Amino acid sequence: MSILVIAEHDNSELHVSTLNTVTAATQMGDDVHVLVAGSGAGDVAAQAAKVSGVGKVVHADADHYKDAVTTELSDLIVGLAGDYSHIVAGATTTGKDLMPRVAALLDSAQISDIIAVDSADTFKRPIYAGNAIATVQNADAKKVITVRPTGFDAAATDGSAEVATVEASAENGSTKVVGRELTVSERPDLGAASIVVSGGRGVGSAENFKIIEGLADKLGAAVGASRAAVDAGYVPNDYQVGQTGKVVAPNLYVAVGISGAIQHLAGMKDSKVIVAINKDEEAPIFQVADYGLVADLFEAVPEMVSQL
Amino acid sequence: MKILVPVKRVIDAYVSIRVKSDGSGVDTNNVKMSLNPFCEIALEEAIRLKEAGTASEVVLVSVGSGDIDTVIRSGLAMGADRAIRVDAEDDLEPLAIAKILKHVVEQEEAGLVITGKQSIDGDNNQTGQMLSALLDWPQATFASEVALDGSDAKVTREIDGGLETVALSLPAVVTTDLRLNEPRYPTLPNIMKAKKKPLDVIALADTGVDATKRNTVVNVSPPEERSAGIMVESVEQLIDKLKNEAKVI
Ligand SMILES: Cc1cc2nc3c(=O)[nH]c(=O)nc-3n(C[C@H](O)[C@H](O)[C@H](O)COP(=O)(O)OP(=O)(O)OC[C@H]3O[C@@H](n4cnc5c(N)ncnc54)[C@H](O)[C@@H]3O)c2cc1C
Ligand SMILES: Nc1ncnc2c1ncn2[C@@H]1O[C@H](COP(=O)(O)O)[C@@H](O)[C@H]1O
Repeated sequence: MSILVIAEHDNSELHVSTLNTVTAATQMGDDVHVLVAGSGAGDVAAQAAKVSGVGKVVHADADHYKDAVTTELSDLIVGLAGDYSHIVAGATTTGKDLMPRVAALLDSAQISDIIAVDSADTFKRPIYAGNAIATVQNADAKKVITVRPTGFDAAATDGSAEVATVEASAENGSTKVVGRELTVSERPDLGAASIVVSGGRGVGSAENFKIIEGLADKLGAAVGASRAAVDAGYVPNDYQVGQTGKVVAPNLYVAVGISGAIQHLAGMKDSKVIVAINKDEEAPIFQVADYGLVADLFEAVPEMVSQL
Repeated sequence: MKILVPVKRVIDAYVSIRVKSDGSGVDTNNVKMSLNPFCEIALEEAIRLKEAGTASEVVLVSVGSGDIDTVIRSGLAMGADRAIRVDAEDDLEPLAIAKILKHVVEQEEAGLVITGKQSIDGDNNQTGQMLSALLDWPQATFASEVALDGSDAKVTREIDGGLETVALSLPAVVTTDLRLNEPRYPTLPNIMKAKKKPLDVIALADTGVDATKRNTVVNVSPPEERSAGIMVESVEQLIDKLKNEAKVI
């Protein structure tokens, strides 16, 4: 049987996390299909068809798929599930919202946030904020899985799969998106950036966060934050890196004024190189840092910007 | 309207866990246990809805062994009216828990269920969504704001791109994110009062749910350690290392 990957997109662009999800899916079996459910999302279907390793794109188009509402998509996916042994999505907020509903409707136990595929039924996943790695073998006929994007390389985009249109499911209508406040930024996507500069409570205010942004712009980096910085209102919620925020694994992660609580480390300790700037030499962040600098961030960061 | 709040006992968020050397799991002996932080947020929201006159009763429900009664009492001390414990093993899977919760929701005729978004031990992020699927109710996950007007709900959700507001009607399942509220600390008088609040125990068999596990945990191991780094003396040295040693800028 085949593997079905649920594409994430905004009706015009395929989200990068889907490329990582496809790579994970190709390790579960040979025949990987991608479902593009959207409204006027033909461009996305065409992009999905180019992803290497994809054998077929299944495209369903309807007004009620515009906002990727779980109660709409889950009906569609359950209707298609007969042909598939694995149903897979990225462990993004969309995937995390959607897949448990799909799993329960199929009477499958979901395997969340996998970072490795050992075999078609055995997977590795972090538990306890990444302080332990569980290897889990699943006995369900249909495996419902979310994939941590940083656990898998992005698939290349030199493929050419066929696109097959399928009929949309009936509108459920129970849930409507009535507003969105999305963070608009010229900077790279936090989840996929190769450099991330994050600020914590030590930054002190929303105003001061400009210092962090200045360094990020100099490095072409995305900006992240600790929970404390988000809770204090310095930056929006979608900047939060950690166990219960975003997981990132860039080539370079710069933690500024962040103490290094386990919940924060859970979101960044797989970064290739970690830099910590903190005025407290005892801060736990230094235990995971490749390069640590004990300094006042208000001096060190502007100095860095001027020297770069 | 009755609000049901499913809660879970977990190893406290600030404890460093230890993986057992035989690979069978995480050591829970003599470790501080607490209510899962996201469940505290769920409970706080329910209590506030009751205080605002929107809800008539807040019922806490937890699936597990008698060991979890102390954290159930701490939830009662926060302000839940009463509690139900479904007596079962402590580490059932989210799918089984959702099936058990469905039974309790139907028995109690709850109009709203508020769960945490995630348990911080298993990091599953599944139970609330599964419960809403089984009940065929709408769901609003990762809530940072909940506004109720009769049976209409508007929920603001924390999503990867920012915030999203959804409209749905009750009954529904809502799961909580960190910024929904700041849970209260139980006061001493409320801790005393909680000792007398009802805590009913239901046997798993009475729910009719087959809780057989679908997943076998083959092994639990510690994550790869990062090798120790170095401390640099100056910004200049840092930039030099990043350019010439790590070659990342
Ligand atoms: C259920 C739960 C989920 C959580 N999820 C997350 C999560 O996803 N992500 C997350 O990040 N946290 C999360 N947390 C919170 C986590 O436990 C910590 O509270 C948080 O990470 C602390 O943020 P911080 O390091 O910015 O603040 P603090 O711990 O207060 O550290 C601030 C640091 O700044 C330094 N500093 C201050 N001034 C300066 C200066 N002028 N120059 C240099 N350094 C300075 C200080 O020395 C200190 O080390 C969660 C907690 C719970 C309970
Ligand atoms: N054993 C349990 N008993 C009652 N509620 C639970 C239990 N396990 C999980 N939950 C609820 O489901 C939420 C999400 O848990 P999980 O799906 O395990 O991440 C928790 O915050 C609780 O509200």
